[in-house]
Amino acid sequence: MSSDTAKKTTKTVTTAEGRTFETKTTPLKPARVFLHLFLATLGVLWMVPLLVSLYASFRPFSETINKGFLSAPDSFSLENYRAALDQGDFIDKYWNTALILIPSLILTLFLASLIAFAASRFSWRFNIFFLVLFTAGNLLPQQIIVAPLFQAFRRIPLPEFMSNSGNLNGSNWAIILLHVGFQSGFCTFVLSNYMKLLPKELNEAAMVDGASLWTQYWHIIMPLTRPALAALATLEFAWIYNDFFWAVIFEQRGDDRPITSALSNLGGEFVTDTNVVSAASIFVIIPVMIVYFALQKHFIAGLTLGANKG
Amino acid sequence: MTTASPLITDDDADISSSADEAGRVSGGKKGGRSQFTGRDRTVFIAMVAIPSIIHIAIVWIPTFLSILLSFTKWNGIRFSSLEITGVENYDQTLLGAFKGDTYQAILNNFWLLLFLFFGPTLLGMLLAYLLDKNLKGTRIYQSLFYTPVVLSLAVVGFIWQNVMYDQQYGLATVAFGGGGTVDWLGNQEFLFSFGGYGLSKNFIAILFAMAWRHTGYIMVLYLAGMKSVDAALRESASLDGCNEWQTFRHVLFPTLKPINVIVVVITVIEALRAYDIIAVLNEPRNTELLSHLTTNALVGEGADNIGRGSAYATMLFLLCIGFVLWYVTNHYRKQENTV
Repeated sequence: MSSDTAKKTTKTVTTAEGRTFETKTTPLKPARVFLHLFLATLGVLWMVPLLVSLYASFRPFSETINKGFLSAPDSFSLENYRAALDQGDFIDKYWNTALILIPSLILTLFLASLIAFAASRFSWRFNIFFLVLFTAGNLLPQQIIVAPLFQAFRRIPLPEFMSNSGNLNGSNWAIILLHVGFQSGFCTFVLSNYMKLLPKELNEAAMVDGASLWTQYWHIIMPLTRPALAALATLEFAWIYNDFFWAVIFEQRGDDRPITSALSNLGGEFVTDTNVVSAASIFVIIPVMIVYFALQKHFIAGLTLGANKG
Repeated sequence: MTTASPLITDDDADISSSADEAGRVSGGKKGGRSQFTGRDRTVFIAMVAIPSIIHIAIVWIPTFLSILLSFTKWNGIRFSSLEITGVENYDQTLLGAFKGDTYQAILNNFWLLLFLFFGPTLLGMLLAYLLDKNLKGTRIYQSLFYTPVVLSLAVVGFIWQNVMYDQQYGLATVAFGGGGTVDWLGNQEFLFSFGGYGLSKNFIAILFAMAWRHTGYIMVLYLAGMKSVDAALRESASLDGCNEWQTFRHVLFPTLKPINVIVVVITVIEALRAYDIIAVLNEPRNTELLSHLTTNALVGEGADNIGRGSAYATMLFLLCIGFVLWYVTNHYRKQENTV
C-alpha cells in the first residue's frame, strides 16, 4: 500500500507540470463552459436580493407599486436616501457606532494578544487551561449569559457624563465591555494558534540578549503576528459592526443604539415606504461593504485562520 | 495547515504556578532554568490576569449564575424578592404552562440545524469544490457568494422582508405566487405537524434567508481546506481511474476532516445562537427559537421571572456544551501530543 502511494506521487509531479501548460493552450472544454454557466447563473441569483434592494433604493415607491421591483426605471433620485437620513439620523448613528467599535476593536485585540502571547510562547501549568477557557467561552451562545449581566449592569452606577441612565446598563461602556469580554475568546484562540507557530528561538535569543518580557512581546512577537492581527481586525470590525443582540438588550433607548441594532426601530418608522427601508439598509451596510471589498483577502484569511490551524 | 514550525516544548519554558515557585520560567536553554526578573514576573502575571478576569467576568461567571438563577423565581427588581424554587421553572417550561412554547422552540432550533446541514453546508461544499478547480474568475465567483456573509442577519432580515417576501411585489411572490399575494412571513401554518408541533411555513421562509448568508461562510471554510490538499493527491487518483465522485469521496473528503469538525461545531453553535433575523421581523408566531424565549423572559412584556429565562439559557448551555467540549478537547489534545 505504501509503495503504491509513493509510485503515485512521483507519477503526478510530471503530470501536474504538464497540466499547467495544457490549461493555458487548449480551448475551453464543454464541461468547463457548463461549469462557468452554472457558477455565473447561481452567482448572479445570489446577488439578486442585494442588487434589487440597491436598485429600489433609487426609485420612488409609487413606481415599484405600479411596475414591480424588476422594471425599467422612469426616474432615479436620491429622494429615498434623503428621507432615510431625515428619519433615521444615520450620521449620529455612524458616530455612535464608531464610539463603540473603535475602542472595542483595539482593546479586544490588545488583551487577546497578551494572553495569547503568555499562553502560547511559554508553557506553564495552566496555559492550556486558559486557552481552553477562552476558546470554549467564545463558542457559547450569547443568550446564555445575558440575564446575570443585565441584572449586574443596571446595579453598577456610572456618573451622568458617562451614561444617560446613570448606570452601566444603557451606556456605550456596557457594549464595549461585552464585546471585549466575548470577542477576546475568538481572538485569543486565533492569535495563540498563530504565535505558537513562530520559531521558539525568537524568545531564546531575546532572552540571551537580556530583552525584557515586554520587549519580547511588543518588539519581537507582535510584529511577526501582524498578518493575523490584520485578518482579525477586519473580521472583528464586521462582527462588532454587525452586532445586534448586545445593543438591543442593553441599550433600551433606540436613539442611543449603534447603527445595526437601530434597524429594529426601522420597521416601525418607515414601514409605509419599503424603498426608504432599502435606502436605510444600504446606509447600514455601506461601511462594512467598503471594508469587505477593500480588505477581502484579510477578511477571508481571518475566517480560515480560525478554522485551519486546528 | 503548516506544522513545520516546532511548538514550544516542555523544556523550553516551564512556569510553575504553585505559590512559592510562581514566576519561575526556564531561560530557553535546554535544561537551564532562570527566573523572570521581578518586573517580568509582574508583567507576565498582568498579561494573563487582565484579559482572563474580563473574559471570566463577562462569560463564565454569568454562565454559572444563569444556571443558579434557573432554580429561582425572581422579578429582578430587589434581591429580597428572589425565591429558591428548585426545579419549578423546569417543571413549568418542560411539563407545565409554557411547554408549548418550549418544545416548538427546541423543534425550530432542530429544524434550523437540520436545514443548515443539508442546505448551506452541502451547497457550500459543492461550491468550494467547483471553485477549487482553478477556473478563470474564481475570485469573482467567490466574492459573489461570500458577500452576504459580511452583512448582519438583521440587515438580511430587512432585505428579504422587502425585496423577496413582500406580500405583493416581493420577488418570491412574483416568481411563485401565481399572480396573487403570499404572506410568506405571516403564514404560521405548519407544513407538517405532529402532536401540535411542527414546521411552520413562515419559518421555512426565514430558513432560506439564513441559508443565503450561511452558504458563503461554509464555502470559504471548505475552499481553504481544499486548497491545502496536495493537488498531486488528486491527480494521482484520477490517473488511477477514479472518477470525480470517487476522488472526492475517497481522496479529498477524508483529508477535510479538520474542516468538517469545525463546520459541525460552527453550524451547531450558529443554530443555537441565531436570534437577529427573527427578532428584527418581530418574531412571527411559530418561528421563535430558544434564544428568543430566553431573552423574552428577561426584557419586554413577559419579563416577570428571570428564573424562567435562565432555565431556557441553561437548556441552551446543555445543548451546546457537549459540542464545545468535543471541539476544544479535540483541538488541544492534538496540540499536547505535538508539544
